[in-house]
Amino acid sequence: MAEHSIVIPTRDKLFNISEFFTPTPGNIISGIILAVGLVITIIRFTVGIGAVTNLDDNQPWGLWIGFDLLCGVCLAAGGYFTTVACYIMGQKHFHSACRPAVLTAFLGYAFVVVALLYDLGHPLRLPFMFFFPGTTSVLFEVGLCVATYLTVLFIEFSIAPLEWLSCRFPWLIKWRKVLVMCTIPLTIFGVTLSTLHQSSLGSLYLIAPGKLHPLWYSPFIPMFFFVSSMVAGASMVIFEGMLAHKGVHHYMDKTHLREANEVSFAFARAASFILFAYFMLKLIDMLVQANLPYVFTGYGAWWLVEMFGFILLPALLYAKGARDRSLTFCRLGAVNAVAGIVLNRFTVSMIAFNYTLPSAERYFPSIWEICISMFVVTMIITVYRFVVYNMPILYEHPNFRDGH
Amino acid sequence: MNRRKFLTFMGSAGVISALGTAKVAKAGVHTFPYYPNSYGVLHDTTRCIGCRRCEEACNIVNKLPKPEKPFADTTVTHTKRRTSAYAWTVVNKYQVNGKDVFRKLQCFHCNDPACASACFAKCFQKQPDGSVTYDGSQCVGCRYCMVACPFYVPGFQYDEAFDPLVQKCTFCEPRLKEGKLPGCVEACPMDALTFGRRSDLLNLARARIAENPGKYVNYIYGEHDAGGTAWMVLAPAAPAPQPADTKDAPKETQPHEDEFTQLGLDRHLGSQPMGELTYGALGAVPMIVAFWPVLFGGAYAISKRREARYKAEKEAHIEATKNDLAAAVDAAVRKIEETQGPGAADTARRAMTEALQAREAANVAEHGEDK
Repeated sequence: MAEHSIVIPTRDKLFNISEFFTPTPGNIISGIILAVGLVITIIRFTVGIGAVTNLDDNQPWGLWIGFDLLCGVCLAAGGYFTTVACYIMGQKHFHSACRPAVLTAFLGYAFVVVALLYDLGHPLRLPFMFFFPGTTSVLFEVGLCVATYLTVLFIEFSIAPLEWLSCRFPWLIKWRKVLVMCTIPLTIFGVTLSTLHQSSLGSLYLIAPGKLHPLWYSPFIPMFFFVSSMVAGASMVIFEGMLAHKGVHHYMDKTHLREANEVSFAFARAASFILFAYFMLKLIDMLVQANLPYVFTGYGAWWLVEMFGFILLPALLYAKGARDRSLTFCRLGAVNAVAGIVLNRFTVSMIAFNYTLPSAERYFPSIWEICISMFVVTMIITVYRFVVYNMPILYEHPNFRDGH
Repeated sequence: MNRRKFLTFMGSAGVISALGTAKVAKAGVHTFPYYPNSYGVLHDTTRCIGCRRCEEACNIVNKLPKPEKPFADTTVTHTKRRTSAYAWTVVNKYQVNGKDVFRKLQCFHCNDPACASACFAKCFQKQPDGSVTYDGSQCVGCRYCMVACPFYVPGFQYDEAFDPLVQKCTFCEPRLKEGKLPGCVEACPMDALTFGRRSDLLNLARARIAENPGKYVNYIYGEHDAGGTAWMVLAPAAPAPQPADTKDAPKETQPHEDEFTQLGLDRHLGSQPMGELTYGALGAVPMIVAFWPVLFGGAYAISKRREARYKAEKEAHIEATKNDLAAAVDAAVRKIEETQGPGAADTARRAMTEALQAREAANVAEHGEDK
């Protein structure tokens, strides 16, 4: 058993946060980013959005929507992808990947909402969409689904903190049992909501055919967003596993370590197939919409870079990694695929958006917008570390070994 | 909170999903136009001289902040400007077939506005009088209306920290209610802006086109564009085509260069309201909500059943192996009894049973660790 080396919080020592206070480069950089982010936060909420962003009337949605929201939601797709594979499709050997995936998804979505508060003119009025529902709006559907799914993820995730806290508050064990019984319905509910809002993030742009370049504007954009979210889900599990093995390896138990590679290979195989399908979807869509002439323009070159460098290439890397059982290729594929997803969302929301405007009127994010996005990512990593240090995420709690 | 808002709140709390489906279903039977008696404005760009009186009037009636350069300075029309939160109308100069043409930009007050369709807090409303109004008291500030607007009209108060709102031309709705003309229409010295019922304006525009051959492009921008707009634009026609071109039959039906495009107006918006582009995707929502749980529930049932069958098969296999082992042990013990006597047989049976149990225990231990 490997657990003897894992620090498991006990009744007397509930918190294990000593790792935050060692002066490692990671901690120092995190501290600086968090401090800078805090200052910008104060400026943003006292002087206004215009003070820290390059947003204007032509480009009302910039980096905070393009990265924090579109990429954030998409890259948190690992939650539904892993839980469906494990609980619904019966791939029990993915079980040890579920908790980290659900944790990342929950944190991802929670911080999408946090980042959204920066971007909204009236952050406190966010619940107004439920009071005055604009049901014709795609954004309403996105908001409703994200709010519901965040709740679902919270419930799915909360099993881990309940196990953690139960050593001091034993009555929580009863609640844990109830939640464990809800796993299957929650997973099905989660995948339904994910299908809806992952695709709807693409549908947001259906209303602006004159603004988004024809190579990316398509009636099938919801489908593109959903299919690529599956890729993002699988890739993020591999990518994150790679980072976790570097940073929090000493919190992983034997089961996790044994299953981790198998999960990587299986997800690489799945992602490879989905990426090929995604490539074909985009290619056929370009052809049937008669967009071939656009391929030979400047935007077409960018489209080809995306298609070959960030869809086909990761598909091939994944295929080779899965076939040769090479973790290196799987990880290369994951990095490439994640970069591709981010590029695609940037293209739809910024690079190919407002493509008709002269370059002087185009948008480029300000340094402060980039800082806030980094701030949000750093907050996610910090909370992730806190959770992993304290709760049974990468290991099974010895008191709750009753299985799946 | 007034009674209507309270009712909206109560209603939405319970039946959000039902409302959603109902609205999507209703979206399919939109008819054009919604308000046949609604008002509009016809902007004749052949008459506009770019004097910016409309901008000044708009600024005064709507109590907007004074611009940096005075309204008397008409050189600002030479730079490309757009409407913003603090300038709800602007006049720009365009080159149409080499000639200077001025066009006034403001909210087009669409028949079925993209902003209203996009707003998730129902801030925008198409009024029966033709105006598209905005209620900032429930605006969340998401700016999706600005993404959605095909005309780049709404502006946002980015400099406002605590109550930033989306701002755009109101069609001077308060003035219309008092029976007055919109500020800009009243101020226009050239009669380039004609206020009236939208249906009358369409007739007027057609009459102007018919009575002045060669003066106008035979197209009323806004009649059908983006589902039709309350504010419509007439553009000056190109100079008479060169003799060389007249021989070319297809060129007559298809003008060489679109005057409206030169005027900065998008001719490719189509005749359906922009919001309808999203209704297909929204219409799929109830389908997914209904079908996905069945699909994934079924997948779960299949994997569960497969697992149960696998377990049963495995148990049967283990049982058979056990029986085989027991039979083999029995046969071996009988053989030993025949050849070496009962004492040796007892020892052999005990040894073999113990060995089997030890093996089983080892297996269980290994399996247990698997969990």
